[in-house]
Amino acid sequence: MGRIGFFLSEAFRALRRSAAPSVAAIVTIVVTTLLLGVLVPVLRASESKASEVREQIGLEVYLYNDASRAEIDSLQRKLGAVPHVDGVTFCSPECAKKELAGELKGDLAGSIDELNSNPLPPSFDLSLDDPDSLEAVRAALLPPNSAGKPTPISAAIDPPIGDSREQANQIREVTGAVKIVLLVIAGLLLVASLLLVANTIRLSIYARRREVEVMRLVGATNWFIRWPFMIEGVIVGIMGAGIAVGLLLLGKVTIVDPLADDFALVDNLSTTGFVPLVAMLVAAAVFVSAVGSGITLRRFLRV
Amino acid sequence: MPLLTRKSNRARNRDGGKHSRRLSRTKPTPRRLNQPPIITVNDATVVYPGGHVALERLALEIDRGEFAFITGPTGCGKSTLIKMLIREIEPKAGNVEIAGKDINAMPADRTPYLRRRIGTVFQDFKLLPNRTVYDNVAYALQVIGEPRSQIRKKVPEILRLVGLQAKIHSYPDELSGGEQQRVAIARAFVNHPPLLLADEPTGNLDPETSIGIMQLLYRINRTGTTVLVVTHDREMVDKMRRRVIALEAGRLVRDHKESGYHDESTKEFAARVRAEMGVDQGDANGQAGDDFFGFEH
Repeated sequence: MGRIGFFLSEAFRALRRSAAPSVAAIVTIVVTTLLLGVLVPVLRASESKASEVREQIGLEVYLYNDASRAEIDSLQRKLGAVPHVDGVTFCSPECAKKELAGELKGDLAGSIDELNSNPLPPSFDLSLDDPDSLEAVRAALLPPNSAGKPTPISAAIDPPIGDSREQANQIREVTGAVKIVLLVIAGLLLVASLLLVANTIRLSIYARRREVEVMRLVGATNWFIRWPFMIEGVIVGIMGAGIAVGLLLLGKVTIVDPLADDFALVDNLSTTGFVPLVAMLVAAAVFVSAVGSGITLRRFLRV
Repeated sequence: MPLLTRKSNRARNRDGGKHSRRLSRTKPTPRRLNQPPIITVNDATVVYPGGHVALERLALEIDRGEFAFITGPTGCGKSTLIKMLIREIEPKAGNVEIAGKDINAMPADRTPYLRRRIGTVFQDFKLLPNRTVYDNVAYALQVIGEPRSQIRKKVPEILRLVGLQAKIHSYPDELSGGEQQRVAIARAFVNHPPLLLADEPTGNLDPETSIGIMQLLYRINRTGTTVLVVTHDREMVDKMRRRVIALEAGRLVRDHKESGYHDESTKEFAARVRAEMGVDQGDANGQAGDDFFGFEH
């Protein structure tokens, strides 16, 4: 209606007239949104990498080479019944040799074939439903005997029981540290940019306090005074977020996407939903600038 | 007619184009017995943070249709009184009634509606520098949600009344002080408020221009609007021969009503004041556009 038209024209008039503060506000929003747009996918990528590593943590139960078929079958049932054990996979010496060949690749893979006999033992790979229950499962497999010495639950097991814990722990620690550092940086940036936006808005309102004074004098209601400022904030937010999203998109197409084929981590990054990310960033930018102007105005509206 | 209801506001706006004609014929409104005074200040005391007492047990009444002056030295509480009347300051004790309504008891969100019924004019004009004369006046109507068609009709009309129809697209910094004050008066009066407050309206203007402004305020008063002018220009006040309320250190020290001059036409009024102040009628800077309306001479 006429009133909305009035608010819009007032907001655009204010933007045009106080170009410098408006540009400052837009740039602030652009920078913040850009940083968030980069940090959020990186955080999520490191998160998913860490949980991937955690899922891979398992136990390897080596068996004596002379373990009989019956022993193996009964052990498999026993292992499956241990709490927190998610899956049990039997790997014969042939299977172990194939895996090793797969891991070694190249010339070394050929050298395995030169071995006269297969030195690798048969084994069970245990995957766990919860990485933290590693110790509990290991204890269940090696319960202490009457003398207090750990003894395997089956004579076929060749202790000790190996695990990928060392390596997994290292990865976990590193990703954990990276995550904390990134979170702290993101948090600080967010606080800093919120303050910047609030300050920019306060400056532009302060520059127009005379206008607010006149509005109050001729009997404008508080909401009537507030609307043009909030619409101005929304416009600033949309413009800032729009520019930032454009830059992010440019970065994604020119830098991230070509690398995605070569690096798993980068691939992870680009697959983090771009559309929801953009939607979130735009919404946050608009919300911050609109609410920011609304709140800042309160100081000037005290009757 | 109730002063503070929206209904009366709309009813007033509806007559739109006719007011100029009415303006020339209206006689000062006689006070009706059943109507409360437009301003009643009941023993109001205003204390600023820090303990300065700006007004002390001030009591006064101003009737509808009056033209009254508030005078006194700097710091006597004149401007505080104006601020109190538009509820920018609340008294610590006592209260203010506008048209019989206690404005200090009103909910705060009704204050804007009170201000729509009171026109205000200040020494520093308070015009928006980035808007034309037209936009400055139109602003007061936009703010109260007046339809655009009405704004297009009323603004040129009121600008003709104050004699600025030729400057409608000028910006405030292209105008003289007297012209700027005329724009401010146009803005205050475009809504036809029953009460007009002017805080040192001639404080920045030379004597001849001041008379022009006073003449304009007097003409507005003759449409039935109560006009209250704050000034420290004793000479002007003495020559005007209207009710004078003198304040000193926040107290009322004199309330003097002079009679016999209320039926002057605006022309007679201006001529008399000019003669008494010894100002020649030459420079038309402060002059309103009487001839466009054929005001009674």
